[in-house]
Amino acid sequence: MLETILPVLLLAALVLMAIGAVRRVQLWRQGRAAPVPILKGLMAMPRRYLVDLHHVVERDKYIAHTHVATAGSFVLAALLAIVVHLFGFDNPVLAWALVAASAVMFLGSLLVARRRINPPPRLSKGPWMRLPKSLMAFSLGFLIVSLPATGVLPANLGSIVLALVLCAVVVWGLGEMFFGMTWGGPMKHAFAGALHLAFHRRPERFSAGRGGEHRSTGLKALDLNDSNTPLGVGQPADFTWNQLLGFDACVQCGRCEAACPAFAAGQPLNPKKLIQDMVVGMAGGSDARYAGSPYPGKPVGEHSGSAHGPIVGVQEKALVDADTLWSCTTCRACVEECPMMIEHVDAIVDMRRFLTLERGSTPDKGAVVLDNLIATDNPGGYDPDSRLYWAADLELPLMSDRGRAEVLLWLGDGVFDMRNQRTLRALVKVLRAGGVDFAVLGNEERDSGDVARRLGDEATFRSLAERNIATLARYRFDHIVTCDPHSFHVLKNEYDAYGGHYAVYHHSGFIDRLIESGRLQLDSRQRGSVTYHDPCYLGRYNGEYEAPRRVLKALGVELTEMARSGYRSRCCGGGGGAPITDVPGKQRIPDMRMQDVERTGADLVAVGCPQCTAMLEGVVDAGAEVRDLAELVADALATDAAPANGSAATSDSQSSRRHTEEVTS
Amino acid sequence: MSPEHAPLRSGPRVAVLVSVGRHPVTGRPRRADQDARAVELALGLEQADTRLLHAGRHDDDSDSALRGYLGMGFDSLELIEQNADADVVPALVEALRTQSPRLVLTGAHAETGEGSGMLPWLLAEALGWPVVGGLAAIEKIERDTATLLQALPRGRRRRLRVRLPFVATVDQSAAPARQSAFGPARRGGFEAVAKESRADELQAVWQVAPARKRPARLKVVKSGSARDRFKAAAAKSGGGGGKVLEDATPDQGAEAIMALLREEGVLR
Repeated sequence: MLETILPVLLLAALVLMAIGAVRRVQLWRQGRAAPVPILKGLMAMPRRYLVDLHHVVERDKYIAHTHVATAGSFVLAALLAIVVHLFGFDNPVLAWALVAASAVMFLGSLLVARRRINPPPRLSKGPWMRLPKSLMAFSLGFLIVSLPATGVLPANLGSIVLALVLCAVVVWGLGEMFFGMTWGGPMKHAFAGALHLAFHRRPERFSAGRGGEHRSTGLKALDLNDSNTPLGVGQPADFTWNQLLGFDACVQCGRCEAACPAFAAGQPLNPKKLIQDMVVGMAGGSDARYAGSPYPGKPVGEHSGSAHGPIVGVQEKALVDADTLWSCTTCRACVEECPMMIEHVDAIVDMRRFLTLERGSTPDKGAVVLDNLIATDNPGGYDPDSRLYWAADLELPLMSDRGRAEVLLWLGDGVFDMRNQRTLRALVKVLRAGGVDFAVLGNEERDSGDVARRLGDEATFRSLAERNIATLARYRFDHIVTCDPHSFHVLKNEYDAYGGHYAVYHHSGFIDRLIESGRLQLDSRQRGSVTYHDPCYLGRYNGEYEAPRRVLKALGVELTEMARSGYRSRCCGGGGGAPITDVPGKQRIPDMRMQDVERTGADLVAVGCPQCTAMLEGVVDAGAEVRDLAELVADALATDAAPANGSAATSDSQSSRRHTEEVTS
Repeated sequence: MSPEHAPLRSGPRVAVLVSVGRHPVTGRPRRADQDARAVELALGLEQADTRLLHAGRHDDDSDSALRGYLGMGFDSLELIEQNADADVVPALVEALRTQSPRLVLTGAHAETGEGSGMLPWLLAEALGWPVVGGLAAIEKIERDTATLLQALPRGRRRRLRVRLPFVATVDQSAAPARQSAFGPARRGGFEAVAKESRADELQAVWQVAPARKRPARLKVVKSGSARDRFKAAAAKSGGGGGKVLEDATPDQGAEAIMALLREEGVLR
């Protein structure tokens, strides 16, 4: 009897799966057009899955093994089941293979079930809790129904009752694994995930056969002259179709949630929930069925939306609230952790663009900062002709006088900040000690556009970028050096789209080169215990984890790493305009980061970013001192190597500066 | 908004006069701060049929500045194109006569050009309407009257009831303007209103020179304790020489003003 029912069941499941697939694809196609190399993407998919995706999954060894066992043998078992039971190939070898695959899958599903006994809070519950049972149903069902084909059991075994029970188990398994895959069950991640890998919006993030991944910005330039389409994303259908596809691939593992600094601080953001809300919006409905952690402080079930409805309501509640979108620090911790390679940050900036460019509703001081950037080219509204006041005694060589130099020193908006001026002075001292031929743009420099872009103001970003590129085009230099990772990232990766291609160094990388080539003589005496805080825009955005550590090593520092360092570094809370929009939470992100520092027992934290310096130094009663790498290097310069130049002598060691202050005040 | 496309609004017609502003630090063109606050006040009026009106030259600079007002949520702005040397008052008077708004809002004075602050007064004189200075809020507009809050020095407010129509000027006491959004600013359009451009003959004979920075007296904080400094900062300015006339006839009032001007050495 089973012999007749099984092919029918399989065929029905496959047909339903195909219908579901067409419907799912139609949901994605509601999105805007995006050119994607279809064939090339599909060819690259297996490598992206086996290498890049697995590289991320592997960070959790338990689930990596579980997934290999379960998913690998499921694919094999499903294919063999179709061959053996649907097409009726009566071959004991195939049947044995099917039995073996089902058995391995069953073992895998036991591991899945074990993870679900006491699941960590980041995992979604709901339908995901039944998944291990469904996996068991599928594997066990096909294991038993395939035994007769191997010849171990007679074809007509047992009673009709047993046959019916087996049938029910197989139907359950097929329902979850085939039907559910395209109709929105937990297995949807396999279908959407595979296509998402193939048609990814940022294909350059995947490793190529020959070498490492390419760093890039995920933010795409907006066509500001097209007046028929709204700017940014105001409704789910405004995302590109492959972004919608990406959202659909989410497995709700919550690794993003565990890494998100805003979530940990109790701000109303949870990257996992945000992605699920976009899925809800794409398909239409309410978030009531979401079974994971909510946005802190916002109960589940109050928001709903549709593909062509607003994402953020003007007065009423819609899919998400604006403060959820403005809580993001754009630190990319979620993107780094996501095993499905979903790009949360870019989606958030896309939605911010709509709020800023179409609604004019950048919160808190956002509007003031953007107005300042438009009127004065810096976020603080300072006189752009006062950019070099801090360096009045340094006699910095100007590009406008020199025309060319080996290094163009990009100072950044830190020139207006007294704390960062100390860093800049130290950096100038280091460059002079290394005999570097450098020059600055001085008053010709403008804000790089980083903050404007993260606040969603693509128009102001573009205006700043184009004018900066025009200025840079007038001068000749080998590379740009900056102590600001945000300027570094923007100059290196985001000016590309507007015709600015530069070799850019973060000062840590450049100092590392100076040390390596012997141009800097350091007095590497033993120092106290030091830890290093990776800036997001240097580390996760640009993959530079080693150069700053090599510099610290050259200083003779014993580096104690924080639990969250390197690609898992926790954001300082200063990125993405978060200090400007200032969404309230239960605690402050920099406070949490300083606690991380204090847990290492280090009495000094080395940083490499003006934002991080400001955020971490703003922590009250901190147990560790915050110093920029440039300051540490400047302090360690061997005294005889310092030039006899009077200008550099002004920023000597910290103690002598303190002394001067005491006398004058 | 032309009448055909404008949504049907039962409320009063409001005209906001907007000018080309200038950023105090860099001198770049922008929406003028006070005018933008006037627009913000108008946007706060429910059901009002609000139109923006600008008289002046239309070039790249003024275009970007005027688009700043469109970005606050307007489809169009009525533009009376005038020559650079024009006196815009007659053209504005004519335009306001044809539009017949119930309420004209504008900044107290412009950030570019003459910037004398006379324009609202000249308009009101020509139209025969009252002027309210320092408007802080519009509380209520009824059929014939409006209830307003007028800003007085040191944060005080005075409630006024004024007959419509009238001209009101807005200064720093009104709520700051909302953000100007790039999308609507880019899409909004200018509706040309043809009016004769009359040259300002008086201005032609003026000599114009950049303003000199006037020396400002340094504020010397003498006392040491925080409490004393706070008291010094919060103290009323030391004028004290004024006097309040009650139930005075216009002649007595004029007399008192003349006496003050002589005392201060303005008139000799």
